[in-house]
Amino acid sequence: MTNSKKNIVLKTDNLSIGYQTKKQQTVIASDINLSVEKGKFVALLGKNGIGKSTLLRTLSKVQKPLEGFIEVNQRNITDYSHQELATSLSLVLTERLPQSQLTVFELIALGRQPYTNWIDQLSAKDLKKILWAIEQTAISHLKDKPFYELSDGQLQRVLIARALAQDTEIIILDEPTAHLDIHHTFKVFSLLKKLVKNTGKTIVISTHEVNLAIQLADEFILLSEQHIYSGTSQELIDQNAFDQLFPKELISFNKTLEQFVIKKS
Amino acid sequence: MSTSKKYTKHFLFLSILLILFLLLNISLGSVSIPIKDIFNSLTGGIASKDSWQTIILNFRLPKAITAIMVGSGLSICGLLMQTLFRNPLAGPFVLGISSGASLGVALLILGSGLFGGVFVSIAFSNWALAIAASLGSFLVLSAVIIAANRVRNTMSILIIGLMFGSLTSAVISVLSYFSEAEQIQQYMFWSFGSLGNLTWTELTVFGIVYLIGILGTFSVIKPLNSFLLGENYAKSLGINIRKSRNIILLITSLLTGVITAFSGPIAFIGLAIPHIAKMIFSTSNHKTLLPASALIGAIVLLICDSIAQLPTSEFTLPINAITSMFGAPVVIWLLVRKKKIYV
Repeated sequence: MTNSKKNIVLKTDNLSIGYQTKKQQTVIASDINLSVEKGKFVALLGKNGIGKSTLLRTLSKVQKPLEGFIEVNQRNITDYSHQELATSLSLVLTERLPQSQLTVFELIALGRQPYTNWIDQLSAKDLKKILWAIEQTAISHLKDKPFYELSDGQLQRVLIARALAQDTEIIILDEPTAHLDIHHTFKVFSLLKKLVKNTGKTIVISTHEVNLAIQLADEFILLSEQHIYSGTSQELIDQNAFDQLFPKELISFNKTLEQFVIKKS
Repeated sequence: MSTSKKYTKHFLFLSILLILFLLLNISLGSVSIPIKDIFNSLTGGIASKDSWQTIILNFRLPKAITAIMVGSGLSICGLLMQTLFRNPLAGPFVLGISSGASLGVALLILGSGLFGGVFVSIAFSNWALAIAASLGSFLVLSAVIIAANRVRNTMSILIIGLMFGSLTSAVISVLSYFSEAEQIQQYMFWSFGSLGNLTWTELTVFGIVYLIGILGTFSVIKPLNSFLLGENYAKSLGINIRKSRNIILLITSLLTGVITAFSGPIAFIGLAIPHIAKMIFSTSNHKTLLPASALIGAIVLLICDSIAQLPTSEFTLPINAITSMFGAPVVIWLLVRKKKIYV
């Protein structure tokens, strides 16, 4: 028991997420109790507007929880300074980057900011980490390009490389395949899967690619209106959790195929 | 963030240009002075005529130094604002700082007419103008920073700054409406901008505040670079957004405040020079862009000032008109050619 507890890198305790204004509190989800082990590829599923992004934002301390607490490596994230948290947890977001002339290399190098000195000088170790991240994501041919010349698929791999260069135990990605075709979607998924296997990092992604996630992710967090499920795909199938994901009129979950299928009328 | 690109040649070239235009600026003026005497005066020797030495040491040299500080200071502020607001149209005056300074000066000049008496006599010393401008910009700045800490969204700060600008302009219009033509003319002269007329004492005060501002920018290179990814990424990289934002706002208002106080509101430089720097250096790294903008800004303002003083003539054109006439076409040409503009 103590051994498995040691392996838990991300844990929430009675977490309640949502928005707080002076006048009122909007609760999006409550009683979230999750524990994510080291070296797992975790997929966060849920329909549009259910609160996936809010949960990820809360987990990464961009947003305050309404109640409960979050632990990263058995330490409450409110005890972390932004700087400290930046060395334990990195992000890949859906938002567009502002227009600039950053090259791919410079963009990835920004991932080293938590470690660089006050004028952002890269040390030999920083360079090594950056080159390693570039190699892992197979983008060395893009290194000197300005990032605005990249395709969506390339940019996504560059952003993943930036998170890798940040050298954190946990990487959180918010819908990394949102704008990608099926080929590039698969490419990103298999890259993440490979990274989990080779580096032992914990990767949490939110995604709408349920069918693909079921094949590749180790564990799932499934947000539905009634309940928050977590576990392996088999555990979730046994609990009929996937049926809760979407309204049943149009698509349904086929247990034998382990896929969502379109209902034929 | 170190780049694979090195810009030693660019910087060397710009530094040589700066020295050349500095010398050119000093050697041009309504009185023509032989080059030999200029060098003698500058290097601590004695010029053939006492008046020449006075002109160079107490008039042209302070003016050239003012041009360098104003040009580089405004360019740096423009760059800071463009990155902070991630808006290529931002400049040092978007926060309403120049309007604040204008308000201070307008109250002093136009208001003195209304009160009359003692006010008139003290109103037109350089110090009074500088203090009024500083107080005005400080007032607007404080309002902007207080408002900035109440809103999360950085874009709202931009709009708040613009609103303060409109408010102060409105007050100035009302003041002008009730003022004598003479006072309005005096105010107009101030708003044309002027690099001359600073004594060494004034220049020392200017220089100290300028240096504080410039040193401050070094401390925000890292947050500035991380802002290139947007605020959420910057936060995830361990940057304290609010603190960095306040430091950047403070540096900008300090620099633009002191610059406007001593030289009036100088248009164009702060908005356009950072874009010229971004195009010449084609980078977004602030470690390169900050010194590049400062150098280019200083050079451009030296050139503008040389044009403004109309060599060999007794007239001096308003520097503000020259900066826009010279600069706007340059920027338009650069944009049409490059077709892309960056934050």
